[in-house]
Amino acid sequence: MSSSQVQDPTGTADAPFFPMSRKPGCPFDPPPPLREAAASHPVSRVTIWNGSTPWIITGHAEQRALLSDPRVSVNDRLPGFPHWHAGMEQVSTRRAPSVFNTDPPEHTRFRRMMTAPFTFKRVNAMRAVVQEITDDLIDRLLAGPRPADLVEAIALPLPTRMICAIMGVPQADHAAFAAQASVGMKRDVTVQAQVESFRWQHDYLADLVRARAAEPRDDMLSDLAQRVTDGEITVEEAAAMGVGLFVAGHETSANMIALATVALLEHPGQLALLRESDDPGLAATAVEELLRYLGIVHMAQRRIATDDIEIGGQTIRAGEGILIELASANRDPRAFPDPDVLDLRRPAPAHHAFGFGLHQCVGQQLARVELQVVYGTLFRRIPTLSLATTLDAIEFKHDGIAYGVYHLPVTW
Amino acid sequence: MRVAVDQNKCIAAGQCVAANPDVFDQRDSDGVVVLLEAAPDAGQEDGVRRAAAACPALAIQVQG
Ligand code: HEM
Ligand code: SF4
Repeated sequence: MSSSQVQDPTGTADAPFFPMSRKPGCPFDPPPPLREAAASHPVSRVTIWNGSTPWIITGHAEQRALLSDPRVSVNDRLPGFPHWHAGMEQVSTRRAPSVFNTDPPEHTRFRRMMTAPFTFKRVNAMRAVVQEITDDLIDRLLAGPRPADLVEAIALPLPTRMICAIMGVPQADHAAFAAQASVGMKRDVTVQAQVESFRWQHDYLADLVRARAAEPRDDMLSDLAQRVTDGEITVEEAAAMGVGLFVAGHETSANMIALATVALLEHPGQLALLRESDDPGLAATAVEELLRYLGIVHMAQRRIATDDIEIGGQTIRAGEGILIELASANRDPRAFPDPDVLDLRRPAPAHHAFGFGLHQCVGQQLARVELQVVYGTLFRRIPTLSLATTLDAIEFKHDGIAYGVYHLPVTW
Repeated sequence: MRVAVDQNKCIAAGQCVAANPDVFDQRDSDGVVVLLEAAPDAGQEDGVRRAAAACPALAIQVQG
């Protein structure tokens, strides 16, 4: 192999392995090779678990272009699709079509069946409920023993209760449902465990959709049940939509709550700003900046090219896999001046924390309200909140499709 | 300034309403964008431009 090949970031022979490790001591920063890639070769190649060498896109502008390019597909049944892991590959042939694995026009049809509860106005009308749940969880935390695990006490229950309430999952089943849904979010999950948890959630929701068809209520599953009755979708598709919403909507927000707490405690100046500012707009810009800075969706969104595409001086051939690594675009110096500085007043929130293009997050307005309420309340109500551990003793979700912390011991 | 929206492209992400609720709304049935004001006045322009830039579906066109 010639030396020019060794240094060629677009060559397949020595494409570095992805996912990569973060630098020890820098739990908030994307792995160094990805940072370098974003700055100098935003379209390059990596090697993944099955030995294939898909493209990885780390630049902000390049991601924006590809995520809105109709030649870039999420159809995970196409040969050569760069799956997250073997479990996902196995499940892909059994998953019902949904927003996650279809392109337009199917995607548009599925997406419009799930967007009604998540409009800006509908979600903002629920702000009082989010506030009430948050206050209730903080009351319980304060009444309980110290130290406590913030993940168990607040970060997980708030988004779980919200998404279950919107869907119409009975409160008694929330915990069982949440436990099953977290299985597929782990990177090193066995194929068997993946398939079993997927089937459990699917069957549970299919039963609930059938129950709602018989006795409708004012919730999302009843709405989907009506569409099943009308012949618009099958029970399987309705259940797949529910599973997808739950998986996408509870652990992501939970990770943002807990990880942001760590980041803010490590940046006391910024935390003081958040706690003491009387600017009502600050909670909103703070949420956008923390979404950007933490870039929790760090395992790269998976796509495949359906035609040849010229981008960033490279040619992606039809049939080649594409990894869109959102977190590194959020630190792209061409898009964000001083990208590694956490600045809660940073304007222009063009971050990719929710992705971009047709698959951009359905639940983003809900996530925003949840985070605005939690960040705006937690540190004001518990001004002495602090870590009951050290930064290097915290277990970060390096193996999660969404990055975060497994537990967060806090005291006050 | 003239604004146009393409409802067929819209994916109901709500970024436009967040940026300027006087010019954009979302349909109750599926969250698809509704244009409230095709010729916004000068005071609205900033929010409209932010909406067009933020729209993930490139569904908002601005002229002038
Ligand atoms: C802070 C919390 C959240 C983050 C960081 C986040 C992030 C993302 C990202 C990056 C995508 C794009 C995936 C891609 O393009 O491949 C996405 C899609 C999605 N998210 Fe979220 N999300 C969050 C919360 C939520 C919530 C609360 C819900 C539901 C209520 C939700 C439901 C969805 C759905 C259904 C999709 C798929 C949309 C499609 O493919 O058309 N997410 N999310
Ligand atoms: S920002 Fe774009 S995609 Fe989102 S609701 Fe408005 S027009 Fe539709």
